[in-house]
Amino acid sequence: MTRYILKRLIGLIPVLFGISLLVFTLTRVIPADPALLLLGERATPEARDLLREKLGLNEPLFLNPGAVLETGNPFRLLDAQYFQFIGNALRGDLGQSFFTQIDVVDGLARRFPATFELTITAILFALIVGIPAGVIAALNRGRALDTVLMFGALSGVSFPVFWLAIILIYIFTVNLGWLPSIGRLDVSIRGFEPLTGMYVLDGLLRGRPDVSWNAFKHLILPGIALGTIPLAIVVRMTRSSMLDVLGQDYVRTARAKGLMRRVVVNKHALRNALLPVVTVVGLSFGSLLSGAILTETVFTWPGIGKWVYDAIQARDYPIIQGGVMFVAVIFVLVNLLVDLSYALIDPRIQYG
Amino acid sequence: MTTTTPDLNKKTKSEGRSLAQDATRRFFRHPTGLLGLGIVGFFIIASLLAPVLAPYDASRDRNLRLRLTPPSWSLPQAERDRLGLTMWSLPFGADQQGRDLFVRVWHGGRISLRVGLIAVAFASVTGVLLGLLAGYSGGWIDTLVVWLVDILLAFPGILLAIAIVAILGPNLTNALIAIAITQIPIYVRITRSVVLSLRESEYVQAAQALGSRGPRVVFSHIFPNSLSPIIVQLTLSVGVAILDVAALGFLGLGAQPPAPEWGAMIKAGYDKFLQAPYMSIFPGIAIFLSVVGFNLLGDAVRDVLDPRLKS
Repeated sequence: MTRYILKRLIGLIPVLFGISLLVFTLTRVIPADPALLLLGERATPEARDLLREKLGLNEPLFLNPGAVLETGNPFRLLDAQYFQFIGNALRGDLGQSFFTQIDVVDGLARRFPATFELTITAILFALIVGIPAGVIAALNRGRALDTVLMFGALSGVSFPVFWLAIILIYIFTVNLGWLPSIGRLDVSIRGFEPLTGMYVLDGLLRGRPDVSWNAFKHLILPGIALGTIPLAIVVRMTRSSMLDVLGQDYVRTARAKGLMRRVVVNKHALRNALLPVVTVVGLSFGSLLSGAILTETVFTWPGIGKWVYDAIQARDYPIIQGGVMFVAVIFVLVNLLVDLSYALIDPRIQYG
Repeated sequence: MTTTTPDLNKKTKSEGRSLAQDATRRFFRHPTGLLGLGIVGFFIIASLLAPVLAPYDASRDRNLRLRLTPPSWSLPQAERDRLGLTMWSLPFGADQQGRDLFVRVWHGGRISLRVGLIAVAFASVTGVLLGLLAGYSGGWIDTLVVWLVDILLAFPGILLAIAIVAILGPNLTNALIAIAITQIPIYVRITRSVVLSLRESEYVQAAQALGSRGPRVVFSHIFPNSLSPIIVQLTLSVGVAILDVAALGFLGLGAQPPAPEWGAMIKAGYDKFLQAPYMSIFPGIAIFLSVVGFNLLGDAVRDVLDPRLKS
């Protein structure tokens, strides 16, 4: 098993290398000159050149054969922008915002808990609603209820997330006034020091249940909006996985020996049917992070997605670059974890 | 993944019926598939006819007197008379510039469908060719293609498209390119896996033994057998592409005003949301219906082309 994990970790290296190469290349094909963006139209060419020099933009992009010929040192071949970018990234430095000078890694770290809390809410929503719905659909296979649930699941992947978010706000905030739809906490909440940055948890840790409750209410609408697509996937997956398991011999045996239907469904079938469901949910974590750009924008949720959206509007390239790279790396790592845990849980899977 | 029907006896009885004929017969007995086909057909025909039935110039056709008018059927008679409207003359209302939202949603279908279809066509041709190349040649070409695909797949969902357009500059062409790029990997994967499973099969070896060279083996023997999973994916991809176009439009990264793009219209409505919720409701319904249509169609095509999945 250790060998398998090691092998998978080493297998990650080319992909991570590729991600960095792609992100770097993208930011270097910007049609606009960063120096022009930063200094404005009226800056003198000399000032711009000075800034370009300072930002290292005058260095060669990928390889620096000139430096090798000059110094005779073959290692100077890597004395180029891309390798500086990698070196900095490995030291946890993704640059600063063009306009506010905020450190990108700092900014991401500060906003990640908000996005994480929202993502977890969406996943929990998808599981709590989706698994029972999938089981019900499987048990009523071919009947009207099954058709309705399956059509609901199909609709779930056909909505634009941001549109659903707007409709939810219109119904539950504007018309009914039941739930808040802006930010993470009411402005009336005072004297609260976050700890982990996940407010529901922090409220409990700090002995402030009122904060937890308030934070939870703020999570409901964005959580549902973000959770719709995974919900639809969970329903479909649970249904097909249950149908698969219900046809197995051991389920028939369990029924034949006179066990109650409820026991057979819950104990024998569902437990075995859940493994693929959990995998699918784990694999959807990354799409949720990228879906958060849309959801957080609509709900003014101060997470990574909203930050990247604002950076897009302001053309603040270092933030866009850092945010995109961060999400991609997290996505790759989570996928690996899901794979590994799958191999760990299910002894039938051969690894090597 | 082969496309032969498992029940060989049955197949010989109905001699002379090709897979396509077989699939068509099955498709016409598939109620939700027919519904999907109907919806998709409706959107395509409506889009084609839009310039004929409702000529529209997004930058000119407006009536400032009708600014932010709710759907005409929801207004009291007196109000309609005052504005000079009939019951159905402004069925989706008018936006902040007094533009008829019904006409805009109608013409918006042209943008979404066109971008969706072109992006998917581009992605599938590129992806299939890469998949055939990688699967058949193996070696370092295969390693390189798989590596590229893995990199693209590391950017979940619409993230890469957002990054590409945010950097290349927001417009519809860049959005199309970006969406196409995000869709390439799935076609490479599907095609490559079919090629790998068929490369060593007896009939391919037989073709090679008879002297067929690489391209001929790939295109006349392997490619036809990878068609059905690709066709299924094509239908489903269009739905995803339509959603992506809308998402980019909503983020201000797709079609630019005054183009009547659905996502951008929802965004405009979102900004005016307390006064005029209908501005975002109708374009959203249009997106939803068209995507449901493609998804129903895709599911049905899967059932029809792969009888083994049907239990």
